[in-house]
Amino acid sequence: MKYSWLEIFKKGLDGNKDWPQAWPEVSPKSSYDVLIIGGGGHGLASAYYLARDFPGKRIAVLEKGWIGGGNTGRNTTIVRSNYLWDESANLYEHALKLWEGLTQDINFNVMFSQRGVYNLGHTLQDMRDIERRVNANVLNGIDAEVVSAAELKQRIPIMETGKHVRYPVMGSSFQARAGVARHDAVAWGYARAAAKLGVDIIQNCEVQSMEIEGERIKGVNTSRGYIGADQVGCVTAGNSSVLAKMANIRLPVESHPLQAFVSEPMKPVLDTVVMSNAVHGYVSQSDKGDLVIGAGIDSYTGYAQRGSPHLIDHCAAAIVELFPIFSRARINRQWGGIVDVCPDACPIISPIPQVKGLYFNCGWGTGGFKATPGSGHVFAHTIGQDQPHPLAEPFHIDRFTTGALIDEHGAAGVAH
Amino acid sequence: MLLIYCPYCGETREEQEFSYAGEALIKRPDLDATDEEWGDYLFKRKNIKGVTTEQWAHSAGCRKLFVVERNNITNEILNVRTFESIWGEQEA
Repeated sequence: MKYSWLEIFKKGLDGNKDWPQAWPEVSPKSSYDVLIIGGGGHGLASAYYLARDFPGKRIAVLEKGWIGGGNTGRNTTIVRSNYLWDESANLYEHALKLWEGLTQDINFNVMFSQRGVYNLGHTLQDMRDIERRVNANVLNGIDAEVVSAAELKQRIPIMETGKHVRYPVMGSSFQARAGVARHDAVAWGYARAAAKLGVDIIQNCEVQSMEIEGERIKGVNTSRGYIGADQVGCVTAGNSSVLAKMANIRLPVESHPLQAFVSEPMKPVLDTVVMSNAVHGYVSQSDKGDLVIGAGIDSYTGYAQRGSPHLIDHCAAAIVELFPIFSRARINRQWGGIVDVCPDACPIISPIPQVKGLYFNCGWGTGGFKATPGSGHVFAHTIGQDQPHPLAEPFHIDRFTTGALIDEHGAAGVAH
Repeated sequence: MLLIYCPYCGETREEQEFSYAGEALIKRPDLDATDEEWGDYLFKRKNIKGVTTEQWAHSAGCRKLFVVERNNITNEILNVRTFESIWGEQEA
């Protein structure tokens, strides 16, 4: 069924009783052409673009839990493309352009709201970096502007821009085309669109080991039995090293907890996204009305989906200094996700040289959600054509041998 | 919040007094190592799910580095050792 206003109206007449299932529940077949491990946004997007752009391939997505139950359901939903270096700016801008047409493309309202993102500067050096990044963005054809503190006060009256605070706001960058999207809808929308193109979405199916023969992948052993495959793409974020170990390789990533929290729902008070690297917090208001606030990563590595409370404390202090009006907002929920951080804060979208037919899309660290469509698209082409998509080339895993890192740490900012 | 025992100070203190310093006991390659070996040494990590062997520094205390074994799924700290004791074992 194609979702439309007409369908909503017709189904509304009889109490919304018989909406069809968004995608069918299926059991794994004995083999596929391509297996995507990981049913989060990136994995489902990869499967969708593979099915759309390489018709005829038999594709399945294996998810150990449920669709969108990992980091896709745990992030703070910010989408932007104002990265400093050409390689990442091109990749994230590719993603942003796909975001702009995504709802129509997959016929699922992902509630993409281009409400703009402000990245604040609190020191002279912050402001110099912001000017440099804005100029770099403009040269790369990405919309960006520098906003003064006085202008910020006009645009976001509830923000504290005075000079008497510990870290006064001196200005910011602004990307108007940036914004937020509905994270669950992205996972569900891609799953539905991929299933419609014949992709098997298999939940509760955990990969336990890989069968590799003579440097070539043959298939995977799962909690639901052996599944053969010619090509296997791993898109498992914080658990990427666990899968890498099955293939007997090591990745240049470390998994850290990243925490976020939301307040009680309230009336509209903040119509944009505000991020600050210096005091480390970012905040937006969801359509439901709750403030969505993100903290920094815990320093230690770990796979427990929770972190240490002092990071929440630190982040809440920063947000309250920026927005004194939020000081009495009550916090409803707090959680953590496991993010795989690369030494250069850039992803790995790459075939694995040691094992033919094996590909990894990982290392997105704290900022993967914004890249979901672009990541899926270039990864699908990397698998489908068995060579890196031009936008993915700089993100080859070989860069950790050649030294051609893409140093986004600090450049685009740690906060995502 | 982790509570970490510092083997030098002989006290269990809050995590905020300490700095995490990554995977422990990584062996530096020889100077004539290949690019691949250097890349491995600099960037590739075990990133184990389970019991890790990691370095912590008591930054706001004695400022010494030591080795902690921690289950990173439950965050339970299983063992704390000084480098001296580890090197002593290796020599013996």
